[in-house]
Amino acid sequence: MFTFTVNGKKKQVDAAPETPLLWVLRDNLGITSVKYACGVAECGMCTVLINGKARRSCVVSVEEARESDITTIEGLPDNHPVKLAWIEKQVPQCGYCQPGIMLQTVDFLSRTPNPSEAQINQAMDDVICRCGSHPRMKQAIVLAAQMTAKQGG
Amino acid sequence: MKTKITRRSFLKNTSLVIAATAFSGSFTLFNASPARGDSALPFKPHAFLEIAADDGITVWVGQTNLGQGTHTGIPMIIADELDAAWERVAVKTALAAEPFKDPQWGAQVTGGSTSIRHRWDLLRKVGAAARQMLVEAAAEEWKIPAGQCTARDGRVLHPDGRSLSFGQLARAAAQRPMPENPSLKTPQAYGIIGTSRTRLDIPDKVMGKTVFGMDFTLPDMCIALVARPPRFGASLGAFDEKAALAVKGVVKVVPLENRVAVCAQTTYAAMQGRDALGVQWSPGSRPDLDDAALDKIYKDYLEKPGVTARNTGDVAAAFAKAHQTLEQAYKLPYLSHAQVEPINCTAHVEKERCRIWMPTQGQTGTQLTAAKLTGLPPEKVEVMTLPAGGGFGLRAEIDPVVDAVLLSKALNRPVKVMWTREDDFANDYFRPAGQSRIKAGLDKDGRLTAWSHKLAAPSVMSRLMPHAVEKGIDPDAVSGVRDMPYALPNLLVDYVMVNLPIPVGFWRSVGYSANAFAVESFMDEMAHAAGKDPVQFRLDHMEKDARPYQVLSLLAEKGGWNSPVPPGRARGVAVTSCFESFAAHMAEVSVNDKGTITVHKMVCAIDCGTAVFPDGIRAQAESGVIMGLSNAFHEKVSFAQGGVKTANYDAYPVLTMSEVPEIEVHIAKNNLKAGGVGEPVFPSVAPAVANAVFKATGVRLRELPFKRESLVKG
Ligand code: FES
Ligand code: FES
Repeated sequence: MFTFTVNGKKKQVDAAPETPLLWVLRDNLGITSVKYACGVAECGMCTVLINGKARRSCVVSVEEARESDITTIEGLPDNHPVKLAWIEKQVPQCGYCQPGIMLQTVDFLSRTPNPSEAQINQAMDDVICRCGSHPRMKQAIVLAAQMTAKQGG
Repeated sequence: MKTKITRRSFLKNTSLVIAATAFSGSFTLFNASPARGDSALPFKPHAFLEIAADDGITVWVGQTNLGQGTHTGIPMIIADELDAAWERVAVKTALAAEPFKDPQWGAQVTGGSTSIRHRWDLLRKVGAAARQMLVEAAAEEWKIPAGQCTARDGRVLHPDGRSLSFGQLARAAAQRPMPENPSLKTPQAYGIIGTSRTRLDIPDKVMGKTVFGMDFTLPDMCIALVARPPRFGASLGAFDEKAALAVKGVVKVVPLENRVAVCAQTTYAAMQGRDALGVQWSPGSRPDLDDAALDKIYKDYLEKPGVTARNTGDVAAAFAKAHQTLEQAYKLPYLSHAQVEPINCTAHVEKERCRIWMPTQGQTGTQLTAAKLTGLPPEKVEVMTLPAGGGFGLRAEIDPVVDAVLLSKALNRPVKVMWTREDDFANDYFRPAGQSRIKAGLDKDGRLTAWSHKLAAPSVMSRLMPHAVEKGIDPDAVSGVRDMPYALPNLLVDYVMVNLPIPVGFWRSVGYSANAFAVESFMDEMAHAAGKDPVQFRLDHMEKDARPYQVLSLLAEKGGWNSPVPPGRARGVAVTSCFESFAAHMAEVSVNDKGTITVHKMVCAIDCGTAVFPDGIRAQAESGVIMGLSNAFHEKVSFAQGGVKTANYDAYPVLTMSEVPEIEVHIAKNNLKAGGVGEPVFPSVAPAVANAVFKATGVRLRELPFKRESLVKG
């Protein structure tokens, strides 16, 4: 039995300790916004926030995630700057890659509240979007940063 | 991808029609029972459209939502002719059904950029017919001639200022006959078409609420992974069923024809179970196949006699008289779709029916396949199309349907078959590789007098649409060559069909994706040989003021082809006509001493006829540039020991953020029939970059992906 918090709610699951958190979230807890695409930390679609940090859940075991605080896209409020910016800039095409990339953005902006283009390129260079929504992602990241600054100030 | 099937009349397509109590054909995801005589849904003039008493308008779409924007573009067209209030329009995906079949192809398919261009009249007529019925209903209510009433923003207006909403009129409108030839708007009257609306599917995608195929689940469902041959022609040997069953959560091991499925309660258990099988496979039919062998095989094929796919004028005579000739060869790799959501299909076979939930691009094929396997009539097979995490053609394949149906039958419960990423690369139907050799001649004024083009490539159509292959010519394999956008007096196209066990399939823009690279690169070489400007040289060989001519001119004008190039950079162009649209790209690049190419800017010009949903077109054009650059720089499937070597994204990198240039999109303005978008915006990207690299370095890159060694200086 492993316990942790997902989006503020306590969860308990029975799974083999080495089971990737990705499959525990998807299959045991039914949180399917956490996507599978590669299983080897290459794409970023399974990203969740673990204690506020972006982690690729396909390579984090449920044992490692024990007692942690996990956030998936549903855990961000609907008016979260990243969500609003993603809609405003009409980012998603198929949309499959987006929840993971948005969560990685949340982590990135928490560390880099006013990113330069070079910083965005570097921070987001390890995610895959086969549809090619990158130009809009970039705009949305800048907008989300601006919105966060306004909200904070 | 064109098969001519008699175009049924508009009336037949709309024959569901009319009364409030008529068969609704509308279904929700989980409740597949038709809503019969539901008074909350009083007006359903056509399978595409439903107007509720509360003024809510639902547009039912049969096309797959791959994020290409048609789930907004299609509703925009209907809503415009309907004079609906856009804020009240919602979109839903329909169960596969007759009215959603492509009127030209006779099958429900999402491919070939056809979603709108094959339904351009139909979609407008549905909206216009419904509007006319609503107007007539109001006129009857007010006892005035219909001609005195107007519709606007979801209401019908009386000349005296009174009005009734569509919802209020719905019941009465439903009693009226469906007009066969409703009058359509003039393009000047469009109020929604051509305006930039926001995509209807984006909020759910951002909130994480969209249920993709992979996410779909049913009570009591098993998840199945299938061990498939790791090499072409390999046959199934021994496997350890007990070891698989010993994995906690594994429910059953089911041997199928030359493959074995492991069904489990969770994905992870299915994965472990499949590993535990330790399946033995025979070496396969062609253990010699690897990248080097394939290169040689293609070269040899290119030496074989081909079949003539086009022969205009007299190429031999023209060469004899040519002032100058040039000959070059081009190479294209096998490509994987690499769509992000792996292939999957959920099936539930019961005694009297079979239900399929799948992000499929081929609903009719899915339905017929399941019918055949279950022995049920096709109408007892319900196909629910789920949103797809990309597809690019691969999702029209039926392999996962076969497995899901067979396994659901075997287990007597719902089964979701899913592929891992490794399965996806190993079992893809690849974009065919190809090699071509082109020779062309110029007269002393630098005009092209002859073009002889020989290409060797596998045939996709031979497997998927064999009736379209005539006299050994696969129309897709030669697309972009025999219909190149140039008017040449002497043109010879020879095709050699490559036969290998490597499966090939439809891939974004099919034959054009490969052939445009060869044609547009060589066109550039000829421009250079003629000492002409690459844009002017192309224009000189096009029919003056025809659409390719105009789109290239638009690109040159808006992209600033003749403006000074920033220091250290160079520009290149390319153009293609396909899927009833015309597109051109300009690349601005620089190349450093280490041979690293930087693409600074890409400009795309597209003429897709009436631009229904401009922001959607822009998004597709951005996508086309990025996928095109990804092809140019990275993508190539590798083979070893008679099987696919490429296993995951680490071995098949796709373009990422830091490589994405500034992208500018210019959409031609006209009122012509809507053409394709998703595919035309792609083929001219890679050749435009290669041509810019030549301008920058003097080195021609005649193979994809680019090899940078040839560009290293010193
Ligand atoms: S699925 Fe985890 S990084 Fe790709
Ligand atoms: S939107 Fe489709 S992969 Fe990113």
